[in-house]
Amino acid sequence: MTRTVAATRNVTGIPTGRLGVWWVLASETVIFGGLLGAYIMHRVGHPEWGDQAVHTNVWAGGFNTLVLLSSSLSAVLAHQAAERGNGARAAILLRLTAAGGATFLLVKAFEWTAEIGSGFTIGSNLFWSFYYTAAGLHGLHVLAGMVIMLFVAATAARNVELHRVENVGIYWHFVDIVWIFLFPLLYIAK
Amino acid sequence: MSAHDAGRDPGFVEKYLYSTDHKTIGLQYMLTGMAMALIGAFTVYVFRMQAAYPGSSVPLFGRVAAADYNYLVTMHGTIMIFWVAMPVLIGGFGNYLIPLMLGCDDMVFPRVNRLSYQIFLLSSVVLVASFFVPGGPFGGAWTAYPPLSANSAYSLTPYGSTLWLLAVALEFVAFLLGGINFITTTMNSRAPGMKMFDIPIVVWMIVLASVLFMGSVGPLVAGAVMLLLDQVVGTGFYDPSRGGDPVLWQHLFWFFGHPEVYVLLLPAMGIVAEVMTVFARKKLFAYRTIVYSAVGTGIISFFVWAHHQFVAGIDPRMASLFSVTTLIISIPVAEMFFVYIATLYGGSIRLTTPMLWALAFVAEFLLGGVTGIFLGSAGSDIYFHDTYFIVAHFHYTFFPIAFIAAFAGITFWFPKMFGRMMDETLGKVHFWGTIITFNVCFLPLFVTGTAGDHRRVFDYSGFAELATPQMQNLRILATWALLAMLAFQVVFLVNFVYSLFKGEAAEANPWKANTLEWLASSPPPHGNFETMPVVYRGPYEYSVPSRDDDYWPQYEPGDTADDGAPSGPRSVEQGA
Repeated sequence: MTRTVAATRNVTGIPTGRLGVWWVLASETVIFGGLLGAYIMHRVGHPEWGDQAVHTNVWAGGFNTLVLLSSSLSAVLAHQAAERGNGARAAILLRLTAAGGATFLLVKAFEWTAEIGSGFTIGSNLFWSFYYTAAGLHGLHVLAGMVIMLFVAATAARNVELHRVENVGIYWHFVDIVWIFLFPLLYIAK
Repeated sequence: MSAHDAGRDPGFVEKYLYSTDHKTIGLQYMLTGMAMALIGAFTVYVFRMQAAYPGSSVPLFGRVAAADYNYLVTMHGTIMIFWVAMPVLIGGFGNYLIPLMLGCDDMVFPRVNRLSYQIFLLSSVVLVASFFVPGGPFGGAWTAYPPLSANSAYSLTPYGSTLWLLAVALEFVAFLLGGINFITTTMNSRAPGMKMFDIPIVVWMIVLASVLFMGSVGPLVAGAVMLLLDQVVGTGFYDPSRGGDPVLWQHLFWFFGHPEVYVLLLPAMGIVAEVMTVFARKKLFAYRTIVYSAVGTGIISFFVWAHHQFVAGIDPRMASLFSVTTLIISIPVAEMFFVYIATLYGGSIRLTTPMLWALAFVAEFLLGGVTGIFLGSAGSDIYFHDTYFIVAHFHYTFFPIAFIAAFAGITFWFPKMFGRMMDETLGKVHFWGTIITFNVCFLPLFVTGTAGDHRRVFDYSGFAELATPQMQNLRILATWALLAMLAFQVVFLVNFVYSLFKGEAAEANPWKANTLEWLASSPPPHGNFETMPVVYRGPYEYSVPSRDDDYWPQYEPGDTADDGAPSGPRSVEQGA
């Protein structure tokens, strides 16, 4: 499909695709904002939730934080490669980023298996409800980001639509930042 | 010149069912909304018959049980707001008008746009499907307060409440995708020469509404996920016996729900502004004031939500605070209405059908706005809460928005959309028939509400002070007025279908209007314009003294309007 004239115009100076991604992130911010706001309001009123939070695995969460932050680095390097016109390198780096996402989800799977095995399920009490809901919603975003990234990597490898590398990277940083909020709120705060 | 797909016949499916063309998508939204309006109208017919003649058999429905009454009221509210007002005003006019009025061939993300409509269609199917599941559709009111909505032991609609929630969530996704397209297109793809304050007001309003929607719906999306988990997985987010809080849902719902009023009001105000200037043949008074007032309204609308919760046990100090913010928001809204009246002053007014609707919008919404003052103040709201007074109040706001403004828009842009004029006589019969019956229907409800009629009562015979013949006569009067109003909508449908095929052929610019959509032929072809237009001036240059014509299209090269000095085409350099 050829581009519309509308898609080729650029009144603000911000490329249209990137502008679209920013607005997606704006809408995502309020979704996570609403969820985390509700959690924080409850948490402030229920100091006893700290007794539940001790059962989270801070080491696994910390490792995942490291993995996700490192994957953002490879997303930035992919953007740099794309700007230099090196689509093949960008594709490799994007796949590396997606591998970071996969590692993150794998660790999460082990974590959740252990927690559910110890009897901490989504219905146990409100702390665990928020824990699984917030981390689950975030996990879906990680998964979506990986799928999009693999698609973008496929086009970037053919050296076309290289501007998409930056756009998917912006989304990935957002997913990263959400985790930066989730980790202390769900794991560290006792 | 839009070269893409030019000359290729796309075939029926791609042209009408699977199209990326913003005009087709706009019409799909609009027609889906109109079809849903028929369901919404049927539900109100049934439950108003029950209110007027409790216990009797309603033609085409039968006897109305208490649970039927609940789901009919719930579906009426849900459908009219989410499946009629949203798709017609935002999905319909937004998609149809934005690229045309900005001088583009399409939206910036046409396939995202198509996806947006498909998700919306799916949401409509899910909602309609909920009528046919065991237990019937959800009956816990359109606000879906827990615990009624969270626990099927209370609502008795195990499938209906979940389908309702899914449908609403899908609908939100559809409008988020649409909104991203509207905002990005308006920011980035305006015609050369069109500066920020050359954008027609209706585009401003739809874009601001999309920003408002985007900013307010997020917490409710999160809240909906939580409610879904409460329903399906058995979490206790809204269950106080397990540490949850049902009032949390009320906060999340109304944090969205009140801005939503302005999400719908702003596009309606935009449509009315376009119609009024064209038929007053006068420049829109104080263009920038309208834009700033709309922005102000949008910002303040985020700080008024708890006025829906004055009786929910919120902190009384919070009630005073939200009373004040609620009264403050009437200032920018009133500002806009004064500016519209100032636009009319000294104009040469033409009472065409669209203009009648636009004038009626101002008159009727005024009643809705003024009665809102009683409900925004905590002291009087505690008495009026959940009575028919508030029912009458919000119908005096939503009916002008969802129907009066929509009819103004449809009758105004019909020639552009379908290339034919609508019949003026039928249009005026429909107008007067609708406006008179609307007032006869809802004015009595202010009275019954003040006398104490509670809005969720299915049969008043158990309440001696409300079951008096005088009160019942008012209810019967409202119901008969409703029946007459519904009958007059047949006139509209006849006019719509008749004009579609037999109406007088419309030229490109039948109303002699200024904005860019009137440059395209009627109806515009795929790609919209033969030559992509360049903008030379603002959209409201009517009756400029130095000119022979009383209108001065945005696309017509010539002197700039500001100083009258010949200056050639305005700089095409694109400032944001």
